[in-house]
Amino acid sequence: MSARVSPLREPLILGNKNYHQITEDICAPTERAPSRQWIIGFAIAVAGLGLYLFSVIWTVWNGIGSWNLNRTIGWGWDITNFVWWVGIGHAGTLISAILLLFRQKWRTGVNRAAEAMTIFAVICAGQFPIIHMGRVWMAIFIFPYPNTRGPLWPNFNSPLFWDVFAISTYFTVSLLFWYTGLVPDFATVRDRATGWRRKLYDNLAFGWTGSAKHWQRWEALSLVLAGISTPLVLSVHTIVSFDFATSVIPGWHTTIFPPYFVAGAIFSGFAMVQTLMLVVRKLFKLEDYITHQHIESMNKVIVLTGTIVGVAYLTELFIAWYSGYIYEQFAFYNRAMGIYWWSYFGMMLCNVLSPQIFWVKKYRRDLWVTFFMSIFINIGMWFERFVIIATTLARDYLPSSWSYYSPTWVEMGLFIGSLGLFFTCFLIFARIAPVVAIAEVKSILKQMGDQYTGVNALNKKHDDHDLHTEDAHGHH
Amino acid sequence: MKVYNKEILYGLYDDEVPLLKAVSSAQKSHLDIWDVFSPFPVHGLDPILGLEESRLHQAGFIFGMTGTATALGFMSWAFLKDWPIIFGNKPYWPLPSFIPVTFELTVLFASIGMVVTFYTICGMGPGVKNPTLHDRITDDKFCIAFDVSGASAAEVEKYQAFFAKTGASEVTTKRI
Repeated sequence: MSARVSPLREPLILGNKNYHQITEDICAPTERAPSRQWIIGFAIAVAGLGLYLFSVIWTVWNGIGSWNLNRTIGWGWDITNFVWWVGIGHAGTLISAILLLFRQKWRTGVNRAAEAMTIFAVICAGQFPIIHMGRVWMAIFIFPYPNTRGPLWPNFNSPLFWDVFAISTYFTVSLLFWYTGLVPDFATVRDRATGWRRKLYDNLAFGWTGSAKHWQRWEALSLVLAGISTPLVLSVHTIVSFDFATSVIPGWHTTIFPPYFVAGAIFSGFAMVQTLMLVVRKLFKLEDYITHQHIESMNKVIVLTGTIVGVAYLTELFIAWYSGYIYEQFAFYNRAMGIYWWSYFGMMLCNVLSPQIFWVKKYRRDLWVTFFMSIFINIGMWFERFVIIATTLARDYLPSSWSYYSPTWVEMGLFIGSLGLFFTCFLIFARIAPVVAIAEVKSILKQMGDQYTGVNALNKKHDDHDLHTEDAHGHH
Repeated sequence: MKVYNKEILYGLYDDEVPLLKAVSSAQKSHLDIWDVFSPFPVHGLDPILGLEESRLHQAGFIFGMTGTATALGFMSWAFLKDWPIIFGNKPYWPLPSFIPVTFELTVLFASIGMVVTFYTICGMGPGVKNPTLHDRITDDKFCIAFDVSGASAAEVEKYQAFFAKTGASEVTTKRI
């Protein structure tokens, strides 16, 4: 109602919906018995979670010696996984915060699931720095709490300390933002439910009534949270990049890292959103709400951020050569031509070359192409972190300590298992909560529903009197 | 035993357009609306309903500044007064190093503060069950409610006439 939309715009809600149908369609997956596909998916995810727990217990019981890290290569799959998961955790808040500030209406179809994905990805990410400490019970030492050792405080100059605050703040704020958005939708499910489900959603909905004043405050809160989440989401991966950039290791000690990491994070996050959304829209029959238009918009973000990442890779190479500093030059020569050349080329292929396919509109809107590309990008972004971490460390200043590293089954179990943890959380979320933001989709129906905008709307405009009434009220 | 405090007369509308018209018309005839409920935020409703802008963002600013002061103050105290450490002849008070944590705590305090304030002033929270008027209000109905506790028959009549005139699809009285 707030702004007039060009009738040429493609609709974001298909199927000539009304408010009640939106409620029915989006609540349905939480109300019917789980489908066979969901049960199979959940069983696989829980098996992965089991593998994860087993690998964690094995690591804690036997120590980091059960990994293949050595004195030269002190960070391997552990920190690669950490950075990979944090990166994935960037799309949700980006979609809900930055796109809210930019008034991008396609946000409403995907923000809920993307935010949930963010939270679960950050949960996965946060485990790795703790596990890689080995003595996990010492993890509390990183917090500045009054202690009997002085009290001795952590080093506030350390980027690893900043990271603790960045990740935990990001997790908390994303969780609050996501849950506050969910409350009105939980109330919708509550008011349809009976029996024990009514009790469950009574608790989840926090006593939401839909009063005008509450909506006003809810919108004010969302806007301010979006406003402060925007610099927050940029700060998180900036600080993660400081873990490397403030060191003195050639190949890490570069000023390009913060923007390059942030672009990469958005890139990988959107890839994961695509992977999940393509499955969710099919499984839960939400094709009318997560349309080809949504997929295309996200693919545009992917081609943009993928290209930024590509430019960053090339800039690194150029600056290494231009610096005239042989250690820097060797670091980059080693990345492309050294022992781990295959991961460098995997990274280039998956992150830079293959997303260029999305310059073509036909492929941006193609579901299978998008699905395979999203998997490709997820793999490529994992390779990127592996290249930065393991390749750089493998060839240090002393050729006598040069080394090679390949993971043990425990490290592989931790990575594959963390996917199990992630999908277990996501599948539970998808059963309990509406995966599309019901209230937000309703609020754009009058502008972006296919009866109001797009080709079909134009054809029937002559006899649609409702549209004119709507227009007359569009300027409050 | 359930205690009822209020008697509410409410009418449901099928769309936000008649709702907005009805609220305007109620304001013109000086009917005292108790509350309006809707399944999503109806834009343009606040000014005609006479709702003032929320001051939540001002609270957020104060919470944020508290976070800034906490982070800067604590780190400065620890490094200058409580346990000064020489890191390779670097300054005792490395202000640029404090920026990341100060920023994060500003955001953290602002967010938690605002969210807690929001739920508190709205009378919401875990385990809270507020009375609702109709199950379809969170679905597709738009509701105008009048408080008719102890109202005379003539007043109730007036409200009923208002609902009939503005096209409410359902009119009911409920004790909450």
